[in-house]
Amino acid sequence: MTVFAFTFYLFAITTVIGGLFTVVSRNPVHSVLWLILAFLSSAGLFVTLGAEFVAMLLIIVYVGAVAVLFLFVVMMLDVDFAELKAEMAKYMPLALLIGVVIIMQLAIALGAWEFSDGFETRVASPAGDMTNTAALGMLIYDKYIMLFQLAGLILLVAMIGAIVLTLRHRVDIKRQNVLEQMYRDPAKAMELRDVKPGQGL
Amino acid sequence: MIEFFTNTNLGIVLVILGQSLLVLVPLLLALAFLMYADRKVWAAVQMRKGPNVVGAFGLLQSFADFLKYIVKEIVVPAGADKFVFFLAPMIAFVLAVIAWAVIPFNDGWVLADINVAILYIFAISSLEVYGVIMGGWASNSKYPFLGSLRSAAQMISYEVSIGLIIVGVIISTGSLNFGDIVAAQDGAGGIFSWYWVAHFPMLFLFFISALAETNRPPFDLPEAESELVAGYQVEYSSTPFLLFMIGELMAVVLMCALVSLLFLGGWLSPIPGLPDGILWMVLKMGFCFFIFAMVKAITPRYRYDQLMRIGWKVFLPMSLAWVVIVSFLAKYEVLGGFWARWTMGG
Repeated sequence: MTVFAFTFYLFAITTVIGGLFTVVSRNPVHSVLWLILAFLSSAGLFVTLGAEFVAMLLIIVYVGAVAVLFLFVVMMLDVDFAELKAEMAKYMPLALLIGVVIIMQLAIALGAWEFSDGFETRVASPAGDMTNTAALGMLIYDKYIMLFQLAGLILLVAMIGAIVLTLRHRVDIKRQNVLEQMYRDPAKAMELRDVKPGQGL
Repeated sequence: MIEFFTNTNLGIVLVILGQSLLVLVPLLLALAFLMYADRKVWAAVQMRKGPNVVGAFGLLQSFADFLKYIVKEIVVPAGADKFVFFLAPMIAFVLAVIAWAVIPFNDGWVLADINVAILYIFAISSLEVYGVIMGGWASNSKYPFLGSLRSAAQMISYEVSIGLIIVGVIISTGSLNFGDIVAAQDGAGGIFSWYWVAHFPMLFLFFISALAETNRPPFDLPEAESELVAGYQVEYSSTPFLLFMIGELMAVVLMCALVSLLFLGGWLSPIPGLPDGILWMVLKMGFCFFIFAMVKAITPRYRYDQLMRIGWKVFLPMSLAWVVIVSFLAKYEVLGGFWARWTMGG
């Protein structure tokens, strides 16, 4: 077995195991941790393909940011496992149906797939003498700049929309005014009184 | 003999293993003395003596601490999630160690000379939050959990501005490789060719963000002893605690290396004419670590909402604006390409 095959099977098996335990794990926090393992090993798969930039982005965006927030929320949830199990039994037939449909689709797609001769040699990096990162940059920021900006604009609109929908101005809470806090000085904040014994203020 | 090490799989593995040990052993040894230096600086600022009993001038204090930690009993809290409880310190330690794989100490002295090195470092440092979150959650106790929640929010917030500052450096260099980044800072001006001049305000932003990212004072809210006892480390004892501590200190030293490489010219000599070399790199890292230690000694702890406020409302807009400014400066080659040190065909 070559080194490439070894690393591929290592990462592939770990990804599958991570995905499996994400589903079957009883504790939701463990599920998220298994999911992170699956993310990491798929990043490893990207590296074996020679797509190191995508691999790093996968780790930074999904594992470093999305999964942390995910874990953050799951840890604070007070989940009732017995109730979840009952719910699961209810939805099981539908879930199985969807799973079977997806497997059928994949099988049909793979059955119709034809590999041309010598496809293995063409898998190598298409960037020529440029690094993957530079090639990707040229593609996104030079060739398809319009589409890229449009995609960004759509995301921006979606974000503003989400903020607008949830924005409400509450008047009954105390807010921190940082400038006011910084401009406080002891002369204004404190008052020194000379208290006579037995009299009080 | 040479063919065995370059052609056979076993030979290559042995060579990589040897190189890794060559980086790791001096690093861990240096860490022991950096820990001592940290405490000595802290003590000197407070006009105390600091560690001075074990060995000459207390030089062996860290080794004594090390022995003490590993022979103590490991206490596992009753309601702890055992697997995650022990996984967390291991993750914290391993992540801190593997980041060093791409850090060069001299021209070409690097374990893995990959062309996305800086993204790799960024990815690893964004993973480091997991050790803290998992440790806090698995302890099944209030203070650790609060500490881990704080740390998760804090590390994610400051990663954003660290990322944007790095983008500015990348725009100037045109490469994600540390060797290229340092080479781009080589110039006739010696110390004034380095990026700390070109990216002047960002040096300080990066340094402060690095403090927050590594949970160092004045941003050590995850382990604020006056509020949370010791934060996520409360339930840890013995070797697991030692792993957390080494991981944390190693992340600090890594940040020192990053500041040296990105802004202070790595192994380049400050005066044109003097030879470049690993000595300069070590000196610069030592200087950064001294500043880290001084900051720890002289600043009071921030309030949590203030920390979040400067992260999102001050650092993020400033670093984002700097990315835009650098893009313009690089595109129009202001000052003869002071901000655009690449020669790419378009």
